[in-house]
Amino acid sequence: MRNKKISVGKTVKKRNPLKDWQLYLFLVIPVIYIIIFKYVPMGGLVIAFKDYKVRKGIWGSDWVGFENFVRFLSSYEFGRAVKNTLSLSIYSIVASFPFPIIFALVINSVRSEKFKKVTQTIVTMPHFISTVVLVGILFSVFHCRTGLYGNLLHTITGEYPDDLFASASNFRHFYIWSGVWQGFGWGSIIYTAALSGVDPTYHEAAQLDGASRIQRIVYVDLPAIVPTIITMLILRMGNVMSIGFEKVYLMQNSLNLSVSQTISTYVYKVGLSGGRSGDFSYATAIGLFNNVIEFFLVIIVNKISKTVSETSLW
Amino acid sequence: MKKKSKINYKQDRIYYIVCYTIITLLTLIVLYPVIYVISTSFSSADRVVQGDVWLLPVDFNLQGYKIILSYKNIWIGYRNTIFYTVVGTLINLAVTLMCAYPMARKTLRGRGPIMFFFSFTMLFSAGTIPYYILMNSLGLLNTRWVLLLPGAMSVYNMIVCRTFIQTNVPDEMLEASQIDGCNDIHFFFRMVLPLSKSIIAVLALWYGVGHWNSYFDAFLYLRDNNLFPLQIFLRELLIQSQQISEVTETLEEMQNMDIYVVLKYCIIVVSTAPLCCIYPFIQKYFQKGVLVGSVKG
Repeated sequence: MRNKKISVGKTVKKRNPLKDWQLYLFLVIPVIYIIIFKYVPMGGLVIAFKDYKVRKGIWGSDWVGFENFVRFLSSYEFGRAVKNTLSLSIYSIVASFPFPIIFALVINSVRSEKFKKVTQTIVTMPHFISTVVLVGILFSVFHCRTGLYGNLLHTITGEYPDDLFASASNFRHFYIWSGVWQGFGWGSIIYTAALSGVDPTYHEAAQLDGASRIQRIVYVDLPAIVPTIITMLILRMGNVMSIGFEKVYLMQNSLNLSVSQTISTYVYKVGLSGGRSGDFSYATAIGLFNNVIEFFLVIIVNKISKTVSETSLW
Repeated sequence: MKKKSKINYKQDRIYYIVCYTIITLLTLIVLYPVIYVISTSFSSADRVVQGDVWLLPVDFNLQGYKIILSYKNIWIGYRNTIFYTVVGTLINLAVTLMCAYPMARKTLRGRGPIMFFFSFTMLFSAGTIPYYILMNSLGLLNTRWVLLLPGAMSVYNMIVCRTFIQTNVPDEMLEASQIDGCNDIHFFFRMVLPLSKSIIAVLALWYGVGHWNSYFDAFLYLRDNNLFPLQIFLRELLIQSQQISEVTETLEEMQNMDIYVVLKYCIIVVSTAPLCCIYPFIQKYFQKGVLVGSVKG
């Protein structure tokens, strides 16, 4: 035991940095890249506390303190954007979390390798469809006149239905379920991998004791993937404030704005959609507000999971 | 004992029936819209608008594809997307490997702080507007570089790559080559690169798919038609047109609309086919990559 400790200590002994100059040489480009493209923009965050004017530049503009934040927090858009962001996020977690797990559990009990392979290939494929194309498919297939949806209802009822995308109440369902459609197969890979690591002797022992297939899933398979499930859930919970811009923006129209205006689309609308006249400072403040909350969420969630389940991200 | 196993046997049969039903159902739900899109793209516009296409192409024809392939912007988009994907992925791989190799060395002085320097950027980012201002002041707006440089390395991918090198290039090998007088640069090119072939493949695929499908950066930073990747043109054709056609639904336009419906499906097929055709062959690398990524290092 003691010997082992010493030898471990030996292998991690740091070398003289001068001897490693070639290794540091490798790091020069990545470090410069990270500084310019990740840390320099963080410096640009000061404009959240300023009244940024393009001709005055970042440092020449006047300080305004927390004015931009106060303005956002007291605006009508604040409540709406936060509420929409959180609802989309939580709905998405609830709806999309179980499917990969269920799929992994059932596909794991299939004995035919060929059937397994073919179905897995098919269900993972939509992962590679771009967001633009996914939304395009959604719009085309559910088009009220020319799409599959319109045709189906026309055949049944003899009339064309109303436009589904013109109604705000449908936005969330379309957003979430198209995401489930696209992602559940890909999401199941990680669980399938965890399941393939289950020692087959556990199953044999359970079988000898007379356990049915369902009992084996509940008492053998499920416990084996619980750590993976928890880790994935933590990752997901930490990102609860970040709903990607792309898909929401693509699905957004003037009729569903009441449920589709999220923090990220609002930042874009305030800052960039009006061209050069955009209110950069205000938009930066909103973005910063969001990122700070997100940052602490990840840290808190990680801390909780560390104490509860001993799994953490770092 | 016998009775018990009989009950279980029956239970198991029910289970397997349910199990295969779930899988078949989910697979069909994924597959059907895809088949529908492909079939519609090969059907005649009249029949599509009449609602005769359900599963297989009706009145098989290639009219939609002829129009699409004669549309100049599709070719511009294709050319640009291929350029961004190839050059962008090469830059990604170079920077990621350069970074992952030293970070995989446990003996490197300052490894902890440097790692923190990298991984902090995963937790906190400046956000859209400061980024936009930076691109502007670097003079990258509306140039090809803006799609290549800002995303030169994903820290997450770098960590995956570092973990792979740590577990697949044994320390003994390094010690042996150091005794033979091999320096770190030679070791990288002669040993680490050849041993990392599979992770390089995985990273190339991840980055490549990302470039092929990305639209946000181009949407924010590019204004010039000749620089647009395919996804920007797709958005114009698939999504913006949706809103326009609803506004201008006059009779003259309706005649053009019939073929337009089929055109949309053709565009979807033309833009997505390359990835989906290659995918089954490279599937195992992708899945392997997910697994490497899930190993904490």
